[in-house]
Amino acid sequence: MHPAVQGILTIIIGVGGCVAYYYFSNQILDRFVFPARGPNAGRNINRANMVRPWLFLAPALIALSVYLAYPVVETLWLSLSERLPGGGAKFVGLDNYRQMLAEPKFWEALRNNFMWLLVVPAFSTAFGLLAAQLTDRIKWGNIAKSLIFMPMAISFVGAAVIWKLVYDARPAGQDQIGVLNALYLTFGGSEPQQWLTIPILNNFLLMVVLIWIQTGFAMVILSAALRGIPEETIEAAIIDGANPFQIFFKIKVPQISGTIVVVWTTITIVVLKVFDIVFAMTNGQWQTQVLANYMYDKLFRANDWGVGSASAMVIMALVTPILVWNVINARREMR
Amino acid sequence: MENIAGTKSSLSWAVHISVAALVLIWLFPTVGLFVSSFRTADQIATSGWWKAAFPSEQNLTLRTDPPSTQVQKGGQWVIEGNLFGDKRGATISVYGTSSREISTYKAGETGKFRNGATITVQPNGDYVASSDTKWKGGRGPRVFVTAVTPPEFTLRNYQMVLFDPANREGMARAFFNTLTVTIPATVIPILVAAFAAYALAWMDFPGRALLVAAVVGLLVVPLQLALIPLLSLHNDIGIGKGYLGVWLAHTGFGLPLAIYLLRNYMVGLPRDIIENARVDGATEFQIFTKIILPLSFPALASFAIFQFLWTWNDLLVALVFLIDSTGETTVMTKQIVELLGTRGGNWEILATSAFVSIAVPLMVFFAMQKYLVRGLLAGSVK
Repeated sequence: MHPAVQGILTIIIGVGGCVAYYYFSNQILDRFVFPARGPNAGRNINRANMVRPWLFLAPALIALSVYLAYPVVETLWLSLSERLPGGGAKFVGLDNYRQMLAEPKFWEALRNNFMWLLVVPAFSTAFGLLAAQLTDRIKWGNIAKSLIFMPMAISFVGAAVIWKLVYDARPAGQDQIGVLNALYLTFGGSEPQQWLTIPILNNFLLMVVLIWIQTGFAMVILSAALRGIPEETIEAAIIDGANPFQIFFKIKVPQISGTIVVVWTTITIVVLKVFDIVFAMTNGQWQTQVLANYMYDKLFRANDWGVGSASAMVIMALVTPILVWNVINARREMR
Repeated sequence: MENIAGTKSSLSWAVHISVAALVLIWLFPTVGLFVSSFRTADQIATSGWWKAAFPSEQNLTLRTDPPSTQVQKGGQWVIEGNLFGDKRGATISVYGTSSREISTYKAGETGKFRNGATITVQPNGDYVASSDTKWKGGRGPRVFVTAVTPPEFTLRNYQMVLFDPANREGMARAFFNTLTVTIPATVIPILVAAFAAYALAWMDFPGRALLVAAVVGLLVVPLQLALIPLLSLHNDIGIGKGYLGVWLAHTGFGLPLAIYLLRNYMVGLPRDIIENARVDGATEFQIFTKIILPLSFPALASFAIFQFLWTWNDLLVALVFLIDSTGETTVMTKQIVELLGTRGGNWEILATSAFVSIAVPLMVFFAMQKYLVRGLLAGSVK
């Protein structure tokens, strides 16, 4: 069967199945299980209303448990066990973690991830704040915004190609086709550099790609927050003789600090999961490994589920504080 | 805030210039890829794309017409013609007759081949090659020229990448595969999430707050954790690697955001409408399909765009759940990563392939930006 036909069929079956499920399960509940007539009509209506939410929730709950909750538990178990030849697994305690900690490549990945965590959210938020503040003050700000926002729509892989062209190097003496080398030579560099093979520096060049993508996101959120600041506070500051920089840093930024934290944490999560950029641009060579790519290497190239799952748990552990913080905030908001 | 006295400061010019600079820096890399996709391999390899609109100096290796066209003139065997064939327009400055000496003669001068034959090349490419003996072989001798060629843009790259059936590395199949992954993976989670979001927003039942908190928690669980357990699960229940698996996976991974976005939106709908409908005897199912769904259109559109962009641009989920060893079901992102490995230097292919995959999300982005922004504002956990 042609995949396109299969796709259309899936939409019809999937959507039709969902609609049918919701419709008929409601019908069955109201007509047959707890009919709203007869001697117990009142009680039946109440009972039906207690069951109905679960009918509405069931498909989502099943999908969430199978596709997100169960894997967390299963990965934890995989990270603590070893596959036996011929199927089955045995509990090995922390052996996988010990093996992982003994690998220099893991420490390299962890070190790089921490550099990413420090640099990318900071620069994305800073550039985003700058762009938001500047574009809000001019007439063509909306066009500028949508152009800065545009990389959001580009895949990490597409961005990798785009930036590989920027970092491209041709042999000395030829015309450079990568902008970076062209600029480098114009401003006194002696010979073209293979930028992505220069350790430590190459990490930052990869980070540039993610900053380029995430700045638009930060800008959009922060721009909305800036617009929400009450004008009286700014007017008062102007009357008191504050200059534009004072207004920005002492009046505006403190009032949107909550949003800045949200932007920062959201980008932090993106950074923790960053995979495609490294996979496509260097594949972890030349000391650019990061945790997500390390994990992919272990799981699908080395076929080592134990260590791979252990490194996945490290990512999970790094995400957990943010997870807890988000849940606490959401609960506070609901009250 | 322009209307507040005093905010229109002397910095206004500085603001315009800095925004322009920022926008240019942000656009520059993408424009580079776009321009490169319309240039020939020779042009890309010999000059930076920012010079594409200007004539460029290139070193070219050309051939005279084949010996079969030679004529005998006054005891000499002569081949005449133009080195550029039909594609005139370039201007030759210097040329040579061996690959080690490519700039021995100025245009207009007469050069010598190693076998003693001579050639005269004019700046416009016209040449006269003559020899005492008959020219032999199937192809004419090589001439190495340095020429200034006018800017030239071509659609050949796109034709090759998209419409050439002989091209095994073409993007046509990957394009349809990506589309096949994307559409069901966008539609199904919306429906499932909408019902769940309605229950979480407007129905009273014990454990509701807990479920909302769980959804917020699952929002940030890295999908990396799900790869191996779910792949084994798919293998165990017989789905294996394929479209069904990738659709299910995308549905599962997209649900937390979908439920979260839609619930937040639905909670904000006016309570009166829903309660009036209840008093009038509408069932919950009717309230949902006739009132809530139409009113929630903006939130549904926001999520649809997110999920579309995410599934279209995804590499990891497709690698793990879809692409098997035959490679029949490859998606565009995977195809591009492969090209980066095998065709790392062929920028005309890379740039065009990448742009084919970027074009659709960009169109969606510019057409539906309003909803995307709205979704972002609602979706970032406050």
